[in-house]
Amino acid sequence: MVKTLAKRMGLLLLTLLLVTVLAFLAFSIIPGDPTSSILGVDATPEQVAVLREQLGLDLPIWQRYWNWLSQAFAGDLGTSYNFRMPVGQLMAPKMSATLLLAALSFVLIVVISIPLGILSARHAGGWLDRVVTVADQVTMSIPNFVVGIALTYLFGLVLRWFEPGSYTSATRDLAEQLRYLIFPALAVALPRSAMTVKMLRGSILSEMGQDYIRTAYSKGNSQSSVLWRHVLRNAMIPVVTFLAMAIADIVAGSIVVEQVFAVPGLGQLLISSIGNRDYPVVQAIVVLVAAVVVVCNFAADLLYRVMDPRLKGR
Amino acid sequence: MSGVKKRINWYFAAGGVLTTLTVAYILLGMVWTPYDPGALSAADRGAPPSLAHPFGCDHMGRDIFSRTLQGAGTTLTIALAVLVIGCVAGLVLGALCGYYGGVVDGAVMRLCDAVAAFPSILLALVVIAVIGPGKYNIIAALGVLFIPSFARLVRGEFVKYRDRDFVQAARLMGVSHGRIIFVHILPNTWPVLLSGLAIGFNNAVLAEASMSYLGIGVSPQEASLGQMLSEAQSYMLTTPWTMFFPALVVVVLILGVSLLGEGLRERMGDGL
Repeated sequence: MVKTLAKRMGLLLLTLLLVTVLAFLAFSIIPGDPTSSILGVDATPEQVAVLREQLGLDLPIWQRYWNWLSQAFAGDLGTSYNFRMPVGQLMAPKMSATLLLAALSFVLIVVISIPLGILSARHAGGWLDRVVTVADQVTMSIPNFVVGIALTYLFGLVLRWFEPGSYTSATRDLAEQLRYLIFPALAVALPRSAMTVKMLRGSILSEMGQDYIRTAYSKGNSQSSVLWRHVLRNAMIPVVTFLAMAIADIVAGSIVVEQVFAVPGLGQLLISSIGNRDYPVVQAIVVLVAAVVVVCNFAADLLYRVMDPRLKGR
Repeated sequence: MSGVKKRINWYFAAGGVLTTLTVAYILLGMVWTPYDPGALSAADRGAPPSLAHPFGCDHMGRDIFSRTLQGAGTTLTIALAVLVIGCVAGLVLGALCGYYGGVVDGAVMRLCDAVAAFPSILLALVVIAVIGPGKYNIIAALGVLFIPSFARLVRGEFVKYRDRDFVQAARLMGVSHGRIIFVHILPNTWPVLLSGLAIGFNNAVLAEASMSYLGIGVSPQEASLGQMLSEAQSYMLTTPWTMFFPALVVVVLILGVSLLGEGLRERMGDGL
């Protein structure tokens, strides 16, 4: 187990390093110089040369990568071309909004999909199962930003439960933030929940057909004790992994849905920075999101090994 | 089993009907739209659905029906082009890796795992940030990003078949590797590849719609469903139909293909 863990950790670090190299290279090979977007087109060659030296653009590429990486480790993610402030400072307030949104979405997915999946599998073939399955298939086909627009229309404009676009800064109290974020979180969570319900239902049904379940019944166990004590224990294994992997999708979903609800989060910063060609910001966000994804996949893998004893030592 | 009554595959039937409808709709849009999708008409600003404008008009008096026809066509074209790039390249890469194995296979698959772990929309946004927006750049970006998922799928199938008896027999008969790969093994991977194509198609539609919603999609002159939705959002209290119909087209397009894929999997489960 220790050996596997060490190997996985090594692979994790290697992947992270690869991500930083790719993120750095991608933005270094772009034609065009950031100096022209900062100084404008009619800057003198002397001004350009001074700025290039200031930004460290005159150094060879490997040295620039090394400087960027070591500074990033020291907490210095560079300076935004557009806002003329440290990227870290720019990102910190936005990060809390995105983090809160992602966390809320994750909780909603778990709360919505696990009871529904169990209910649906328990009554497999019945009318309840059919309703859930049809609703599931339709929900899965609605893009999260479309869910977001529909929620804005229904709860924001018609029912007036919240005021669209009223989420401005992260300094207000948490309860108010959560009350607004519950709607974007629902938009991120609904399509993903539908997938989780389907997965859980399938997983439970395939476990139900196994021999050990027949044995459990033949020993005189009731249906609910078989379900809770035998089936779910095994049926949850792939679902937990699926949920851990879903975090990457939740983060990506938040980026799009933030636009729908005008939440000033990382997504909004990313979109505006792409538009402004503000590469240090894009780079930092990409590396951050990539790190989250890689770490979540690592956690999913570990969780899988912990939950399934058959994989011990492999 | 001839005595067994054949069950209707509802997924397949429903998916087939929906997909046929959307494809007919999109083909219609490619040859004919009732109005010019970009034409402004001051008299029709915010007009509700009527006989003249079945889906109504937006705040600039543009006919929503014509615009969804054009927008759905754009989305379909991009999605299909992405699939062709991703599927053909993924197929070749997956087939070679799966058939020959070895160190190269290991390295390529690690890279594919890493890329496939990321949400495609996010990666596409980054690529667009580097190479700039536009229809062809989106196709290129998404196409390349879709290669790993197909490569992994095809590789898995090739690993499954490469040591089967019929392949061994072909080898003993002196059939060339190329012929074994394409004539002997490839046809067996179709069922899995088809359902992979259905999933890939939906992901491509989703990515294109999201990107054009975010304003990083096709150029604003061309109607696109995502961009229509983003514009409709500011006016949806007064003209909700500008939001409803583009959303409906996106959902029906995705739903139809996902039902088809589901039906396909159900059929394979029955022992195809």
